[in-house]
Amino acid sequence: MSAEDDETRPRTPESEHVPPRGHPLDPVLRADVLPHIWCPGCGIGVALGAFLQGLGRAGIPIEKRVIVGGIGCSSRVVYYAKADAYHTTHGRAIPFATGIKLANPSLHVTVFAGDGDLFAIGGNHFIHAARRNMDLLVVCINNFNYGMTGGQSGPTTPHDAKTTTTPNGNFEIPFNLPQLAAAVGAVYVARWTTLDVRRLRDCFTEAAGKQGFRFVEVLAPCPVSFGKNNDIGSGLDEMDYYRGLEQIWGSPAGLPPRIEVRETGDLSGTEISLHRPIIVGKFIDRARPTFLDSYRAIQEAAASKGKKR
Amino acid sequence: MSPEKGAALTGSHFMLGDQACAEGAIYAGCRFFAGYPITPATEIAERMAERLPPIGGQYIQMEDEIGSIAAVLGASVAGVKAMTATSGPGFSLMQENLGLGFMMEVPAVIVNVQRGGPSTGLPTSVGQQDMMQARFGSHGDYQAIAYSPSSPQEAFELTIEAFSTAERLRTPVLVMMDEVVGHMRERVVIPEEGKRKVAFRRLPSVPPSEYRPYRVDEDLVPEMALAGGGFSVRMTSLTHDESGRAVTDRDTQAVLLPRLHQKILEHRDVFESYELRHVKDAEVLVVAYGISGRSATGAIELARARGIRAGLFRPRTVWPFPSEAFLRAAKSVRRVVVAEINMGQVALEVERLVAGKCPVVRVGSYGGEVLSAEEILEACGRGHPEKGKR
Repeated sequence: MSAEDDETRPRTPESEHVPPRGHPLDPVLRADVLPHIWCPGCGIGVALGAFLQGLGRAGIPIEKRVIVGGIGCSSRVVYYAKADAYHTTHGRAIPFATGIKLANPSLHVTVFAGDGDLFAIGGNHFIHAARRNMDLLVVCINNFNYGMTGGQSGPTTPHDAKTTTTPNGNFEIPFNLPQLAAAVGAVYVARWTTLDVRRLRDCFTEAAGKQGFRFVEVLAPCPVSFGKNNDIGSGLDEMDYYRGLEQIWGSPAGLPPRIEVRETGDLSGTEISLHRPIIVGKFIDRARPTFLDSYRAIQEAAASKGKKR
Repeated sequence: MSPEKGAALTGSHFMLGDQACAEGAIYAGCRFFAGYPITPATEIAERMAERLPPIGGQYIQMEDEIGSIAAVLGASVAGVKAMTATSGPGFSLMQENLGLGFMMEVPAVIVNVQRGGPSTGLPTSVGQQDMMQARFGSHGDYQAIAYSPSSPQEAFELTIEAFSTAERLRTPVLVMMDEVVGHMRERVVIPEEGKRKVAFRRLPSVPPSEYRPYRVDEDLVPEMALAGGGFSVRMTSLTHDESGRAVTDRDTQAVLLPRLHQKILEHRDVFESYELRHVKDAEVLVVAYGISGRSATGAIELARARGIRAGLFRPRTVWPFPSEAFLRAAKSVRRVVVAEINMGQVALEVERLVAGKCPVVRVGSYGGEVLSAEEILEACGRGHPEKGKR
């Protein structure tokens, strides 16, 4: 899958080759706000890098990119990407993005936010946008806790995991995000970790090329809070933790032998528990009429009815 | 950018205040409505759901009022004039993103057809109990602009004004209707399209490389680049500098917050509107807005018939309160009466302005029905109001 993409990747002719200065992603980043705010070992920057590469490969021009964030570490990506960027309120990125998309359907609108933002305070907006098949790419950085406020438990904190508000272990049951997204109507559902940089990049390319409500969950280390509280260790240690537990859903081509393949089937088997296998991959890829498809149909009907009158 | 022809309903019509509000929005070029059903504002959503699709507009019923106002702000940053309409319980939910609108400086119109509260209260009956919420409901420190129509005709006109003000000053604007005006059916005369000027926000006058989202001149209202315009817009709910960068320190706040206040207060001429009746020789001045303004109109006529020289000050913009105009009208009165369907809200502002110079009598109510002209008349005192007595 990735080998094919490499073939289609635009290459700079040798004659035009200039020695690289700065980072390859500099043209799609906002230099004036760097360095970023994220902690050492945090996975959000990796996800942003993969996202920007993926969007580039999908051919989405900068002037058509809109990124809407809520509040929290993950939502801060809106500051760093060159795009029309809106840093809104906690949990409300999806409805704000909905307004943008409906007002200007030619834009590619992405929501970037964290697990607490999208699934606790913003959960209602998520399920309804998916139900409507609103034309949005929703990226959830899931680091299993509220990072910006110092590591409290959230809707994806694994059972038994320790956070500052579950000092004796989390006694609640977390959401399984792919299963939730699939159940409420998302047309594209995938989960990768920040270890799977190229797969994640390709996933963003694929998702950006599709219409409708697309959901990508990115599991990302939060070493200063979740990692520390659960004896996982540094950001690298958490990547190693993923490496040891990851299994890929279905059987994508070109899989290295170390990765175990998980049979497809009921998504309930993809829930995340501490020290249990982490199932990653593309879970759902289907087509349904989008909100705008259906709305345009009633619009035309209403307009012609008006003319007949 | 003026609205395309053929969209507005023109001529003379018999319609609800709620419907007149919707028609005012369409006349003003509103092409996006997001809402959630709630009595007594539902007729606005119903009208928009019928009217917007054939004229190229977008109607969406959101999952709640939080989503409704968020979608409205989103549509507006993408360049479409947008509105939502609700009543008290929904207005409470909207307070969060109302603050976002003030902070990001997003033009939008939010209608509250007020009913009795607190909480679910009196869903089908009138109230004017959200006036202080309109002024101070969202957290943080901001200047709200709120219109209050007294009739369906005014609901039409002030909704147009609300859009013009929102666009001119880049700010959310409130239309504080009430259940009786919303559900009252009267004649509404709609002018030909283009007859009334409707503002649109100032778009960038410089190329993207020079554009700064919050740079201002003495006008204090920044030019607004739209999503998709190639400007790499950056807008945030955090305290920000003129480039739109989040800078959460005291110095940045010291520039931003006073400007957000001044851009409203120094542009009162853009929005300030009030009606004066018999104020020249008035010894008693009645202050009332919305449906209570009509009760008060009746009351001053009754008072005059009884030899009480009563006048009316009816703010069409309740916030910011037209304080200078009020003080001029109240200059030589012996008594001020404030009539509103609440336990005393705008009365607090009036008392502040009168500052003890004469008695301020409140005619209030717990809500559920309109004030009668008679009870306002009673508060006007007898033929010879007590001199200077508090």
